[in-house]
Amino acid sequence: MKHLPSERHTLSILVDNEAGVLARIVGLFSARGYNIESLTVADVSDDHAVSRITVVTNGPPPVIDQIMAQLDRLVPVHKVVDLTDWGPHVEREMALVKVAGTGDKRVEALRLADIFRARPVDTSTASFVFEVSGSSEKVNQFIALMREVGLVEVARTGVVAIARGAEAV
Amino acid sequence: MGTEMTGAEIVVQALTDLGVEVVFGYPGGAVLPIYDALFQQNRIRHILVRHEQAAVHAAEGYARSSGKVGVVLVTSGPGATNAVTGITDALMDSIPLVVLTGQVPTHLIGTDAFQECDTVGITRHCSKHNYLVQETARLGPVLHEAFYIARSGRPGPVVIDIPKDVQIMKARYTKPGTISHKTYKPQVKGDLAAIEAAVEMLAAAERPILYTGGGVINSGPVASQLLRELAKATGAPVTSTLMGLGSVPDDHPQFLGMLGMHGSYEANMAMNKCDLMLCLGARFDDRVTGRLDAFSPTSRKIHVDIDRSSFNKTVRVDLAIQGDVGSVMEDMLKVWRARGHRAADQKAWWEQIKGWRARNSFGFEQKGEALLPQKAIQRLYEMTKARKPIISTEVGQHQMWAAQHFGFHEPNKWLTSGGLGTMGYGLPAAIGAQLAYPGALVIDIAGEASIQMNIQELGTATQYRLPVKVFIINNEYMGMVRQWQELNHGGRYSESYSDSLPDFVKLAEAYGWKGITIEGPDDLDAGIQAMIDHPGPVMVDCRVAKLANCFPMIPSGASHTDMILSAADERGEADDDAKGLV
Repeated sequence: MKHLPSERHTLSILVDNEAGVLARIVGLFSARGYNIESLTVADVSDDHAVSRITVVTNGPPPVIDQIMAQLDRLVPVHKVVDLTDWGPHVEREMALVKVAGTGDKRVEALRLADIFRARPVDTSTASFVFEVSGSSEKVNQFIALMREVGLVEVARTGVVAIARGAEAV
Repeated sequence: MGTEMTGAEIVVQALTDLGVEVVFGYPGGAVLPIYDALFQQNRIRHILVRHEQAAVHAAEGYARSSGKVGVVLVTSGPGATNAVTGITDALMDSIPLVVLTGQVPTHLIGTDAFQECDTVGITRHCSKHNYLVQETARLGPVLHEAFYIARSGRPGPVVIDIPKDVQIMKARYTKPGTISHKTYKPQVKGDLAAIEAAVEMLAAAERPILYTGGGVINSGPVASQLLRELAKATGAPVTSTLMGLGSVPDDHPQFLGMLGMHGSYEANMAMNKCDLMLCLGARFDDRVTGRLDAFSPTSRKIHVDIDRSSFNKTVRVDLAIQGDVGSVMEDMLKVWRARGHRAADQKAWWEQIKGWRARNSFGFEQKGEALLPQKAIQRLYEMTKARKPIISTEVGQHQMWAAQHFGFHEPNKWLTSGGLGTMGYGLPAAIGAQLAYPGALVIDIAGEASIQMNIQELGTATQYRLPVKVFIINNEYMGMVRQWQELNHGGRYSESYSDSLPDFVKLAEAYGWKGITIEGPDDLDAGIQAMIDHPGPVMVDCRVAKLANCFPMIPSGASHTDMILSAADERGEADDDAKGLV
C-alpha cells in the first residue's frame, strides 16, 4: 500500500493542553515512519485546556487513514480532522524574511514586497525584515524572489488551517 | 470530602478500592514510602521478584490467566528501565497492566539525580498511556483512571510515575464513582448496519473461514463461548493465531489449528483459498499473513476489532466493524438467527479441507534414538490434560512446538509472548498465573537458552512456595536461530550454540526446587509423572534431538501456499531479499 501515489493532507488535531502531548504526537509520526511537512501548535481555548495542532503530512491514502486512526487512539486527543478530506478550508502561513542590500537591490526588494503585500517590520539602512503571509506557495515564491535581492535568513510558522463556513470542525 | 492521607497511603488505598489483591514489585529508594505503606496493611499481597522485567511478565501472566489487571511496583531509574521490556511486551499483546514507578522528588527532576531517568519519556511509546503525577491530590483520580484505561478498549499497559515527595505529602482521597474520560471513549458496540451486512456476506459465502485472535481472549470467556456458537451456526472452519489459542477447543471438528508461519497446512491453505474471511480480534500480523501481495487473494474480508488503527494497516478489508469482539459476535448471532439463516452447504469446501488435513502437517517421524521435542510436548500434553493445566512458554522452537502439539481447550490457559517475542517471559508468567490460581498445574514449556534470561525467578517461586513446573526442551541450541541459519544462511551456526550450560538439576536444587533429567525416550513418561507428582516446584531438563526443525514453516517473504512441510523441502540458502526479512 505504500507504493500508491503520495498525497498532501492537512490535519487538525485538538488535544489536551498538557505536558508531553506534543511529544506523543511527534513521536508517533517518527516511530511509524510518517512524514511531517510542517507542524504548528498553540493553546486555543479560554481555559487553556485545549491546544490545536496543525500537521501537514504526505502519504498514500491508506497511510493517511492509518495516521488518522493512530492519532485518534491516543488518550489525550479530543479530535482529529483531515481538513483536506473535510472540504473547503483556508491554509495560511507567515514568514519573516530578512534581506540585506543597498542601492537598486534595496529598492527592488521594497517593490517586490509591495506586490506580495509583505510589510517591513524592521529596517536599517542596509536591511529589511518583511512579514509575509498567505498560502505556502505564495510564501515560497516570495522567498525565491528575495534570494535575488539579498536574502539573509527566513523564519516560517508552518501552516495553520481552518475550515470555511460557519461550523467548527 | 475524603480522608487526608500521604500519597503513599493513597496509592495503597486506591489499589485496595480497585480490588487489587497482588502487586509484583521490587523496592528501591524512590518508592520506599509506598513500600512502607504496604508494610502497614494486609489487604494487598506483594510478591518480591528478583528483577523488574520479571515483575512485569509475572503481572502479565497473572492478568492473562485471570482477566484482571496486573499491577507492578518498581523504583525509579534502573527499576523503570528494567521494566520497559515487559511493558512493551504487554503493549504488543494487549495485556492490561498498571505499572507504578517511583521517581526522584519533583525538585530534582531534570538534574540527572541519582537513579533518575525520564520514565514518562522512555515509556511514552511503549505504553498505552502514561502519567507523571506532580500533585498528591491527583494520585487517586489518576490511579482510578489508569485502571479504566488499562482494561477498557484494547487493553494495554499504563505507567504512573510518582515522584518521592508526592508520595510523602498529604492530600484528601475519595473513592470515585464510575470513571468517564473526557476524550478516551472506547467503542464496545459494533455498528448494527455493518453487522447485518457481515451476516449476509457470511450466509452467502461458499468457502468461509473464521480467523480468530487474542481479542477473543481479551473480551472474556463469554466471547470464546460465542465464537463456538458462531462456528456452529455458520458451519465455517475456524483457525486461530498464536494469541487466540484456547478460544475454540483443539479437538473441535471445525478447528483447523493455528495459522501462520508455523501453523497447520490446512489452516494456511484455507486462508488462501477462502471466499470470505471473518477476522475476529486478530490483526493480520506478518507472522500470520506471509507475503502480503499473495495473502488470501480471492476472499472478501470482514475485520472485527476494538482498535480502529488495526483496520487496513497491512491488509485492505471490505468491511470493518469497530467494537468489542464478544459484543459484535453476540449481535451477529442475533441477526443470523432472526433472519433464519442456516449453515450453507459447504460440502465441497470441507472436502478440500479434508484433503489438506490429510497431509498431517504437524506430524513428525521418529528417526534414530534421540527423543523428538514434538514427542516430548505431545506426551506432556497427554499426561497432564486431565488437570487442565495453564501453560506458559519462552520464545523459540519450543514455543511453536507447544502451540502445535499441546491441545488447548479453554481460554486463559495459554500464556505466551506473541507480538514482542520476549525470551525470558515464561517463568515469571507462570509465577503470575500460579498466584492467580494457586491450585492449578502451571507449566512453563521452555528452551534451555530462553530459561536463562529470567532464571533468577526460581527464587521467587521458592519464596512463595509456588509449585510451578519448568519443562526445558533442551537441544543445546537457540533452536529457532539455528533453524533460520540452517535454512537461510547455509548452515553457518553463528553464536547459536548454548555453550557452558548449567547443570539444571543442581541449579534447581540450589534454589530448593526438585530437578529431574529426562535423558531420552525411555525416561520421558516417568520424568513427566515425577514432575506432576511432586507437590513443589520442579525443573525438568528434557534432552531432545539437537537439530530438529520446527515444521511446517512458511519461510519469511513466502506465501501461504509455499509452506515447507518437512526437511525435504529445505532450501539451504535464501536470496538476499528473503535474508532481509525477519
